[in-house]
Amino acid sequence: MFEAVLLTVITAATPLLIAATGELVSERSGVLNLGVEGMMIMGAVVGFAVANQTGSGALGVIAAIAAGMAMSALFGFLVLVLVTNQVATGLALTILGIGFSGLIGEAYIGVPGLKLPELFIPVLSDLPFVGPVLFRQDAIVYLSFALVAVVAYGLFRTRLGLVLRAVGDNHGSAHALGYSVIRVRFAAVLFGGACSGLAGAYLSLAYTPQWVENMTAGRGWIALALVVFSSWLPLRVVVGAYLFGAVSVLNLHAQAVEIDIPSQLLSSLPYLATILVLVLISANRRLTLVNTPACLGKPFVPDR
Amino acid sequence: MDDGTVRQDRSGTDTLLDARGLTKRFGDILANDRIDLVINKGEIHALLGENGAGKSTLVKMFYGSLEPDAGEILWQGRAVGIDNPAAARDLGIGMVFQHFSLFEALTVVENIALALPRPGRMADLANRIETVSRDYGLPLNPADIVADLPVGIRQRIEIVRCLLQEPQLIIMDEPTSVLTPQEADQLFLTLGRLASEGCAVLYISHRLEEVKRICHHATILRHGQVVRECDPTLETPASLASMMVGADVAPVNAGAQKPEFGAARLSLQNLSARAATPFATALNDISLDLRAGEVVAIAGVAGNGQGELFDAISGEVPLAPDMVRIDGKLCGNKSITWRRQQDAAFVPEERLGHGAVPGMKLSRNIVLTRHSTADGLITGGLVSTARASALEKRIKKNFDVRMSHDDPEARSLSGGNLQKFVVGRELDRKPGVLVVNQPTWGVDAGAAALIRQALIDLARSGSAVLVISQDLDEIFEIADRIAVISRGYLSVAEPAAGMTRERVGLLMAGGAETQGEVA
Amino acid sequence: MRIELVKRKERSQLMLLLSPLIAIALTALAAGLIFSISGHNPLIALYKFFIEPLTQQWSLEATIDKATPLVLIGCGLAVCYLSNNWNIGAEGQFVVGAVFGSALPVLFPEFETAATLPLMLLFGAIGGALWALIPAVLKARFNTNEILTSLMLVYVASLILDYLVRGPWRDPGGYNFPESRIFSDSATLPEVFGGLMSLSTPITLVIAVILALVLAKTLKGFEIRVMGESPRAGSFSGFSARGLTLFSFVLAGALAGLAGTMEVSGGLNQLLPVISPGYGFTAIIVAFLGRLNPFGIIVAGFVLALSYIGGEAVQSAMGVSNKIASVIQGLLLFFVLACDTLILYRFRLTRRWSAARETTHV
Repeated sequence: MFEAVLLTVITAATPLLIAATGELVSERSGVLNLGVEGMMIMGAVVGFAVANQTGSGALGVIAAIAAGMAMSALFGFLVLVLVTNQVATGLALTILGIGFSGLIGEAYIGVPGLKLPELFIPVLSDLPFVGPVLFRQDAIVYLSFALVAVVAYGLFRTRLGLVLRAVGDNHGSAHALGYSVIRVRFAAVLFGGACSGLAGAYLSLAYTPQWVENMTAGRGWIALALVVFSSWLPLRVVVGAYLFGAVSVLNLHAQAVEIDIPSQLLSSLPYLATILVLVLISANRRLTLVNTPACLGKPFVPDR
Repeated sequence: MDDGTVRQDRSGTDTLLDARGLTKRFGDILANDRIDLVINKGEIHALLGENGAGKSTLVKMFYGSLEPDAGEILWQGRAVGIDNPAAARDLGIGMVFQHFSLFEALTVVENIALALPRPGRMADLANRIETVSRDYGLPLNPADIVADLPVGIRQRIEIVRCLLQEPQLIIMDEPTSVLTPQEADQLFLTLGRLASEGCAVLYISHRLEEVKRICHHATILRHGQVVRECDPTLETPASLASMMVGADVAPVNAGAQKPEFGAARLSLQNLSARAATPFATALNDISLDLRAGEVVAIAGVAGNGQGELFDAISGEVPLAPDMVRIDGKLCGNKSITWRRQQDAAFVPEERLGHGAVPGMKLSRNIVLTRHSTADGLITGGLVSTARASALEKRIKKNFDVRMSHDDPEARSLSGGNLQKFVVGRELDRKPGVLVVNQPTWGVDAGAAALIRQALIDLARSGSAVLVISQDLDEIFEIADRIAVISRGYLSVAEPAAGMTRERVGLLMAGGAETQGEVA
Repeated sequence: MRIELVKRKERSQLMLLLSPLIAIALTALAAGLIFSISGHNPLIALYKFFIEPLTQQWSLEATIDKATPLVLIGCGLAVCYLSNNWNIGAEGQFVVGAVFGSALPVLFPEFETAATLPLMLLFGAIGGALWALIPAVLKARFNTNEILTSLMLVYVASLILDYLVRGPWRDPGGYNFPESRIFSDSATLPEVFGGLMSLSTPITLVIAVILALVLAKTLKGFEIRVMGESPRAGSFSGFSARGLTLFSFVLAGALAGLAGTMEVSGGLNQLLPVISPGYGFTAIIVAFLGRLNPFGIIVAGFVLALSYIGGEAVQSAMGVSNKIASVIQGLLLFFVLACDTLILYRFRLTRRWSAARETTHV
């Protein structure tokens, strides 16, 4: 029982973890991309469709990543080149993504999907308890942990990460020192898009291997909240994602033990928890102010 | 003042940088018009000119942030194209920016690493920073976060950042504007040492006293052209100023006889406020009486609580009622609107985005501060466009605000004209109490003189004027009494006649603080 | 060769007018491309989508019907966006408004008086306002990001509605279908102008005109604009950012709630698990396309409503999925935002990449 719960928590947390990590990189460079939900759902539908057409889960995942990046490139062009409002453009990206995914996915509603295979890590997967839970997962779960490790190391231990943080902290200074603010940001936005696409693929190829309209169900928005929760520190995203994963599977398990609570209440828990967490974090102004990238959401036009 | 050649041929064997016919155009504006400039090794070379004369454009071309439309730059006799700041640094050109190019959230060592092509390991770099900074008398702790450091130290980071690149030319844009006189002296020592080591310095400053004191040569720009070159040691500050402006600058007239001061119109009593954010300064027990008829100036280095004090006096940040009194009325907890209705007026430091809304027309920007004063701008909840336009025309005329067409958006005005507008908007009301933060920051000499004269005239007509400024020349020009703010403490205001720059400098460097703690 | 942006000294009045039209043209172009990729004649499809609904009375009525809630919600959102309050939870405020407004006819079906309908509308506005007050208070008090909280509350609101119509508010005589009882006549919004439109349309137009006057002529309107463009200047002017956050959210919530109540009372006549085809989100597009100006929003609401009807039209006539409508809506918002760049910037061709690095006015 406990094993089963833990397994569902991992599967619920993984897409949040991936998407939030990608968004964290984008926000560290100073770009607030509210289109996570839209990029994620495009990843989900494109991943499903390509896997379905080719019979290859790997190709599906790659296509989903490409779809996420394409969406983020569109966003990046508007926000970085045309200097549009980041909040409004992010919303537009979400609206567009939901619309497009509905159109593309119409042919795939009810079509049986393809589930990514689980990879058993030799020896480790045979460990009692830990083995089945942690080491018999699909490739994306392993990837999600590698992703966080790479991002944490890259942001704080490499020159590239230093430049990225510098651009997010003060784009004017970075520009004065000769860094191309727009190129750095574009790269960060694309990375965020790739992660969102991957998170979407996980939903439609592993979490529930099928296409359902609006299947992201606000996970992109929750991922955005997780970035705030983490106060822009990658390792804290892991904590947040697993907490939210746990909250969101409550519904599933409460039904199993037949607790008499309206299912709607349980379903709304992740959303209510998000609000609660945001309030708790924002009430602590010192914590948020110190870590918030100073240029987050601000437009950059090289010297007026 | 000699009427010698406008341009001197100074290129020779010692020439480091030789700019020939540099031209840069932005739209309709010719920012640099065929500029010739020679900088020799080991020379401290002053670049003088009013705001908008083209100094920034010129040095940006030297530092690779701008590309000239025409002309060429010879570096040690060889024509070079400086495509970007990295290329400039490779040549040996470093720059200390006026508004620093630092990253507040990062450490000192990270900030410096960002400007180096091959910073190497962070630990090694930190050691180098410690050695070099101590060596030049500018000690730094590499692990400090910039946000926690005062401006003087921040400038050191910029300078050490240059020094680590072993530069042959350092460009400095208004370096002493953020320093106390004592800190400036330390900087001059460092510059002197650099020059003696053969490093050249291109030195931009408005402070003509110090230019005369430390610079070997001066080039003067006006309207994008080189108008004069001279040896500043042979000139006076006044003669340098008239070369910059192209005419003699009339001194501000403070009135012949000693003015009579009346009753206190603005009183601050033990004004204290906690820092609103981790980056702000707390205000500690500030007391000051501002009497009718006088101009009191508050001197201080940027970031010592000037903005916080302004917000507290204006009412943007609420306080205990008895901390602020206007004409005897308690108003520490009252809104800015209420204080305006008690005949107070305020001019913040930041013109665009605080004193004025960039995207709104000037007539609308008048409504910004005068919607609830006795100007009849609002009747029955409706804004009277006609009244607002009439006011706009009056201010434009009385304060010589120049604009390309009638009633433009605030953002289209030049800095000096916008400043005349936001100061004029308040002076037009003839307020009983005027508080103004940095009245002439970034404003050309003509407009600055006009604004300063208007402030004095207002005081002499019976109002009380409080000027917060970082410009000591300005303060000594207009103030009847001077107080100094340092880390949120304010020194006792003393008559300007008895004050010296040295004394103000000591108070800036922490004297005000100990005085405040004793009191 | 490279295109670079050059900032204008002031906003271009011409582009202020032209940019939404360019955006619509570009959207039509993109839509035509999508139609032809999916194997349909783009010209015929565009005609069926954008023009034909305007030529028939029933489809015109349907368009007005759909435009009404979009305009009403869009007006409220415009006040939020003008004042820099990012309320994206209008969908939830619409739903909660509908629930509050329906309380009377569902719980007290015998209460049939002339006061029924006005009370319902009042409750609806209050419900929406209360729901919008949650993110507003959190923002004003704790500085909590209102974008995320208002959006999260959309999901919660639809779950509440779902719970009610499947649980306590289910029609006792409804064979267990998830729906409330049908509203009585006194709880139904009447039709006006010979059945051309529901009373909700004139109500909406009156509100839009009043709002336009408030925004253009009053000190409150000035406050809203100042706070949106420059909060620091707003506070210098004596306005309270927190107060305006509460005001704009409450106003937007009330209008969305009113729209929700008028939707169930005027059209559906009962509560269903889903009562909105995404009006709250589409209204975001309406607000931006309408330049955050109530008169513009009236036009924009009509254009977006047309896209719903046009979607149905191309589906029935040509077998194109009606999902194309939401794609076109999304594209439209993208193009609107992109074209708005032209208001403050103009494009310039430069010779070389490096020359475009920086432009400075000295």
